Amino acid sequence: MLERTLQDLRTRGRRLLVPYIMAGVEADWLSLVELVVERGADAVEIGIPFSDPSMDGPVIQRAGETALARGATPLSVLSELRQQSFGVPIVVMTYYNIFHHMGDDRAIGELRRSGVDGVIIPDLPFEEGARWRELAARENLETVQLISPATSDERIDEILSVAEGFVYGVGRMAVTGEQVELAATATAIAARIRPRTSLPVLIGIGISNGAQARSVVGAGADGVVVGSALMRRLLDGESPDALAAFLDELRSALDDA
Amino acid sequence: MTSVMGSPDATGRFGGFGGRYVPESLMPAVLELEVAFREAWTDPLFRAQYTSTLESYAGRPTRLYLAERLSEHLGAQIWLKREDLAHTGSHKINNVIGQALLARRMGKTRLIAETGAGQHGVATATAAALLGLDAKVYMGEVDVKRQSLNVFRMRLLGAEVEPVKSGSRTLKDAVNEAMRSWVAALEDTHYCIGSVMGPHPYPWMVREFQRVIGDEARSQYLVATGSTPDWVVACVGGGSNAAGTFAGFVDTSARLVGVEPEGGAAIGRGVGGIVHGMESYFLQDEFGQVNEASSISAGLDYPGVGPEHAYLHTIGRARYDQVNDDQVLDAVRLLARLEGIICALESAHAVAWLVQHREEIAGTSVVLTLSGRGDKDAETIAERLGFLEGESYA
Ligand SMILES: Cc1ncc(COP(=O)(O)O)c(C=O)c1O
Repeated sequence: MLERTLQDLRTRGRRLLVPYIMAGVEADWLSLVELVVERGADAVEIGIPFSDPSMDGPVIQRAGETALARGATPLSVLSELRQQSFGVPIVVMTYYNIFHHMGDDRAIGELRRSGVDGVIIPDLPFEEGARWRELAARENLETVQLISPATSDERIDEILSVAEGFVYGVGRMAVTGEQVELAATATAIAARIRPRTSLPVLIGIGISNGAQARSVVGAGADGVVVGSALMRRLLDGESPDALAAFLDELRSALDDA
Repeated sequence: MTSVMGSPDATGRFGGFGGRYVPESLMPAVLELEVAFREAWTDPLFRAQYTSTLESYAGRPTRLYLAERLSEHLGAQIWLKREDLAHTGSHKINNVIGQALLARRMGKTRLIAETGAGQHGVATATAAALLGLDAKVYMGEVDVKRQSLNVFRMRLLGAEVEPVKSGSRTLKDAVNEAMRSWVAALEDTHYCIGSVMGPHPYPWMVREFQRVIGDEARSQYLVATGSTPDWVVACVGGGSNAAGTFAGFVDTSARLVGVEPEGGAAIGRGVGGIVHGMESYFLQDEFGQVNEASSISAGLDYPGVGPEHAYLHTIGRARYDQVNDDQVLDAVRLLARLEGIICALESAHAVAWLVQHREEIAGTSVVLTLSGRGDKDAETIAERLGFLEGESYA
């Protein structure tokens, strides 16, 4: 469902926008999901907070700590998610311990019952993820693979051979966080992955504004994942209107690209 | 299947534990490190360099000392493997010399490390100074306060110490922060992990760099007594001094005992999980969030444990018991009064186990690894035992 939806959009010439929202970051976080969908998100990445987010920078860490302090748990978040449908694919991002602790089978069942279409598990590299992918695939839950600027071409092909949903190109050698200037690695990784796959290619980690989104699309990506830039605005207390304006900036930059 | 305490399988597993659960950005780096370590460890020149640095610089071999008054007190023959006498004051130097030499061989010019008690940080700062490398050490804000002597030592040695303010602000968060910063600095930086934890090859590599403890103790014990001991005991945080010690005795009939702090007993009170790149046991809440460990010793305040210990526990080759803070303080005082040795709070966990199990060990022989010296803990011990107020504590 994730892959099919994104592929359909792509063949119609649409550039893909996937905003990231930390579940439970505020009481009505579901209306944030609604907001980003309203402003043109093609899928939404939803973070489940984890105590030890070793791939996340200060902003997402703070979002996660806020959510945990508010009492968010994997099951509370998923049951909230169950109450609503958004009309776009939902991709859950968290660390593997959360799912492993529930048990793979149970985690996959809970995710599907909540209408989740895909997962991003940054600390489950493809070598360790075979069993998970097999169980998830049985339930039509798509497991997104990451490719980093440090990944060799040979390894890229190995990863692509098991990739589903979309390919997550890591834009720079760093944890999540904003950047003033787009790293050269962001366009380079888009250009390296593009000719090797027919899956949608999205670039994330560091994409902070419309101009940067346009640049990676110019280099061959189908779209972007934007996390810290959105969560920082939210944590800074920006109004829904200001958040909407930021999403509009990203949307129109992609549409004009 | 590999032999017990041999090398792990190709995916870095000891039975069901271990593995390599790192983000793709770090994957090429840990694969490269594995290749580099394999090559170095089978290269006689590298081995010679490592061994001679440990001898000429770090003060190895350390003594295996028959603690006569303690033996008499406990009714068992107690031999102390004196890692507290190694340069910088703990066993941590063995591992760091190995990793720093390896880093230099790989062309890296900078070391980063996490530290809890500060002993691994001090060892890293020391090795960096010795080899002309830059060093940055991540340390939880809570630990910066309770181990201030070591913060000072690291800074004097030229290392940058960064207090970590995320999460619980202790060792586990320092590990997270070191991993985060490593991703952005892979070109010139080696992440020098301080215990038998993290993604493959670290648990294996660190154990190999620490096995010098067990190998020395085994042959020293043999020379002194003509046999092998009945018990081998060591404290367990991540588990590096214990793993290094056990490695020397795993093929003997000695019973191996790892001693965890009650407030940080990953094997005793944890459940299976995947954190910090490895599958092992971790203290967690009902949802898989990692709990903070809390004991009197910063160096054992780690909610996880090295995967090889998880394995030794499941196959029953080693036993893991717990002692509490009060028993540890009593043990510090006991060893000071009977042997004139002020040991680290971490190491005192092993001593406390002897006292706790004096009936079980009566009439037998024990090799106990005294992993470090107690200078860094002076303030904590003084506060708890009340010496500072001028009380006469008996
Ligand atoms: C003296 C001493 N012993 C033991 C430890 C615990 O480490 P490990 O379990 O890896 O030996 C530390 C850690 O800081 C230490 O400083």
